[in-house]
Amino acid sequence: MAAISFTVNGQRQSVDVAPQMPLLWVLRDTLGLTGTKFGCGMGLCGACTVHVDGQALRSCSMQVSNAAGKSITTIEGLSGTHPVQQAWLEADVPQCGYCQPGQIMSAAALLARTKNPSDTEIDSAMRGNICRCGTYQSIREAIHRAAKGGVR
Amino acid sequence: MRTAEQMNGKVSRRGFLKIGTTAAGGLLVGFYLPGRNTAAAQSLTGVSNLNAFVHIGSDDLVTFIIHKPENGQGTTTSLSQLLAEELEVDWTKIRWEYAPINAVYASGGLQGTVGSQAIRTTYNPLRQAGAVAREMLLQAAAQQWGIEKAQCRAENSSVINTLTNARLSYGSLADAASKLPAPAANAIQLKTPAEFKVVGKPAKRLDTPEKITGKATFALDVRRPGMLYAVVARCPVIGGTVASFDATDAKAVAGVRHVVQIPEGVAVVADNTWAAMEGRKALKVQWNEGANANLNSAAIREILATAISTPGNVARKTGEGEGGLATAAKQLEAVYEAPYLAHAPMEPFTCVADVKADSCEVWVGSQLPSVANGNAVQASGMPAAKINLHTLYMGGGFGSRGGGAYVTEAVGISKAIGVPVKLTYTREDDLQTDRFRPASYMKFRAGLDADGKLTTWTARVSCSSFAAGGMRNGVDNEGVAGIHDTLYAIPNVQVEYREPGLKIPTNYWRSVGHSQNTFFTEAFIDELASAAGKDPVEFRRELLASQPRLLGTLNLAAEKAGWGKPLPAGRAMGVAAVNCFGSFNTQIAEISIVQGKVRVHRVVSAVDCGIAVNPAGVAQQMQSAIVYGLSAALRGAITFDKGRVQQTNFHQYEPLRIDEMPIIETYIVPSTSNPGGMGEVGTPAIAPAVANAIFRATGKRIRKMPFNLENFA
Repeated sequence: MAAISFTVNGQRQSVDVAPQMPLLWVLRDTLGLTGTKFGCGMGLCGACTVHVDGQALRSCSMQVSNAAGKSITTIEGLSGTHPVQQAWLEADVPQCGYCQPGQIMSAAALLARTKNPSDTEIDSAMRGNICRCGTYQSIREAIHRAAKGGVR
Repeated sequence: MRTAEQMNGKVSRRGFLKIGTTAAGGLLVGFYLPGRNTAAAQSLTGVSNLNAFVHIGSDDLVTFIIHKPENGQGTTTSLSQLLAEELEVDWTKIRWEYAPINAVYASGGLQGTVGSQAIRTTYNPLRQAGAVAREMLLQAAAQQWGIEKAQCRAENSSVINTLTNARLSYGSLADAASKLPAPAANAIQLKTPAEFKVVGKPAKRLDTPEKITGKATFALDVRRPGMLYAVVARCPVIGGTVASFDATDAKAVAGVRHVVQIPEGVAVVADNTWAAMEGRKALKVQWNEGANANLNSAAIREILATAISTPGNVARKTGEGEGGLATAAKQLEAVYEAPYLAHAPMEPFTCVADVKADSCEVWVGSQLPSVANGNAVQASGMPAAKINLHTLYMGGGFGSRGGGAYVTEAVGISKAIGVPVKLTYTREDDLQTDRFRPASYMKFRAGLDADGKLTTWTARVSCSSFAAGGMRNGVDNEGVAGIHDTLYAIPNVQVEYREPGLKIPTNYWRSVGHSQNTFFTEAFIDELASAAGKDPVEFRRELLASQPRLLGTLNLAAEKAGWGKPLPAGRAMGVAAVNCFGSFNTQIAEISIVQGKVRVHRVVSAVDCGIAVNPAGVAQQMQSAIVYGLSAALRGAITFDKGRVQQTNFHQYEPLRIDEMPIIETYIVPSTSNPGGMGEVGTPAIAPAVANAIFRATGKRIRKMPFNLENFA
């Protein structure tokens, strides 16, 4: 195994793991960044969503070798006062909270490319993220809130 | 809940109780909970008659030892509101810790959260606890100032001298207050609902900040020094066992450290979760497939259909029972069915265990920590005193996460290899080894008189018992839930139950028996309304004339939905009502058929849950419960072939997604009744409301879940 290097939340990381190991488990088990969650392992639920060079991707379905040289952002890499997190706080979105890091990462990527998304655009960007607690209505509200400049 | 760093630190929750009563000082107030265990309380604290605790530190910190785990349902927030109401503190500043496992926290023998009981069982005790602490703080201040207690008042974590406007903080009074005798809780006049300042006001959740930053700790997130990662190979046939296995190839996978047999299967333990999964793929196991080896869903349906074709054990007989059919002007008969369902919480089952020679430490999300603790006792072989169980946030539970195999397996693996182990279920493991909501068949026969009035109602149900202990006199209480105790005024009622004898493990599932029975009864009531030539809302109104609370929700929902008013082309509404868990709910669903499938656009839900402690939480729970019920109604089904669950992951057991989310409007009927439960009441009515709307859109009666098996084009 050769070391694979990439950047996570602005920090350079070099890991010596099997190249086909999914990025999710490298983040969680190797690097201890446990904010990114495991939900299905098949890219079906979005709980593991992270940004890879700014794109929202399912880290459970991405081999770590494909992350070499890339810049990765996880939920821990958002400031805590990121407009999406602020809007989430204001709309009081989470219930059990398990899927929310993935939801927030998907929403942040959406807003980075679409400043003021419609409900349809929100639905299409967020339909890959399952929430079993059914917080979807609050998620839509929070995304609109974030688009309008976050907390009012 | 604290973050992982704090949790892994020095101050344990057990230590807190010790500190509270000895070293750190401050005021500790214990209070009654239903099903209290006085002897256990005395042994824990040296103080009798205490069983849950509030501590006010000399640093002004209010700490609440919370005994109802957070499952997403918002108990940490709403219970803190209840405590703060009489204590007169800023409720958002309350710090909380999960209770350790102790009989003092148990109600009805169980410590945890089930049956939508968290608020119902603590509404009075928590307010009394706040009042007792407040009175002791007032007394301490009065003594310090040399005035009467009546000349003091409590406000925002301080006592105010009403003669001088001087102010003493709770923290500065806590030590003195702790030396005073506690007043009898029932001697203190609690506020009336009209006087509430915190209870009944929409409150933001206390757990949101850590849940939006990734800091909230679930069992999946726990890391211990030297910890290894495990998955378990279990027999693909439900109930099967290991015959033999060959670990050679599994051990050849890089990172795999151990392959060990445990009672539930064969564990593969590795340096990381992925290596453990890869090792399991390479593992060769021969299984004893057992009694279910030839079971399939067609056979299960046949067993249930046969069961309801002959009389069962009578759960209720009122008036003439089925004899009333003889004089009916019109008779109706229908058979309804519902499939097995998995719970599929977003966090698959996970448990971390560290079994040493003389101790067993467990980190787990569990609705019933006392059950999980019992699992650890059993699997470790150690007495309860040696178990240290840490209760964590749950990534959903919905009835599934009480304890059981995921705890015994983790403890068993750690015991076998002598290092801390994190056991993770994959989604496939979760769906295929769940204990399921039982499938059910119900046969109705009913009679209307010449005026279209419902005079006779008979129902015969067959479904496996939901959980051990549910059977009484040959009737499973959940199997007939909502049927034998219908609020509809019907002169002749007969309800029968038949146990089908299936060997598939079952469990509570959000709203339990009501989850399917409400679909059956409310869809059939709609059939009867049609047969009577009456409007479905009007038909229910007549049957609920002496049931003001359920009728109140029916009327409010009909008004808010605009029932009876013209709808856009292609749209149709359906209604359903339910009472369960101490609350009352009517839902009206507005749907259309899009490319042959049901699309739900809007759900108007009116609920009477007594006093809504946190109205914002009520709306959250309503949305959550409806989405859960709608996911099942539209496409939820677990099916079996050769004893194996056929669904493997979310592509075959797909919950509702955001683009299918209806607009949900929740309306709360104002009430001064004691609170009812909110965790489950919203789940049952959505399926029949949608089914009844489908009938109005298409003329087709839906008697089988899930609905989108059919093409409605």
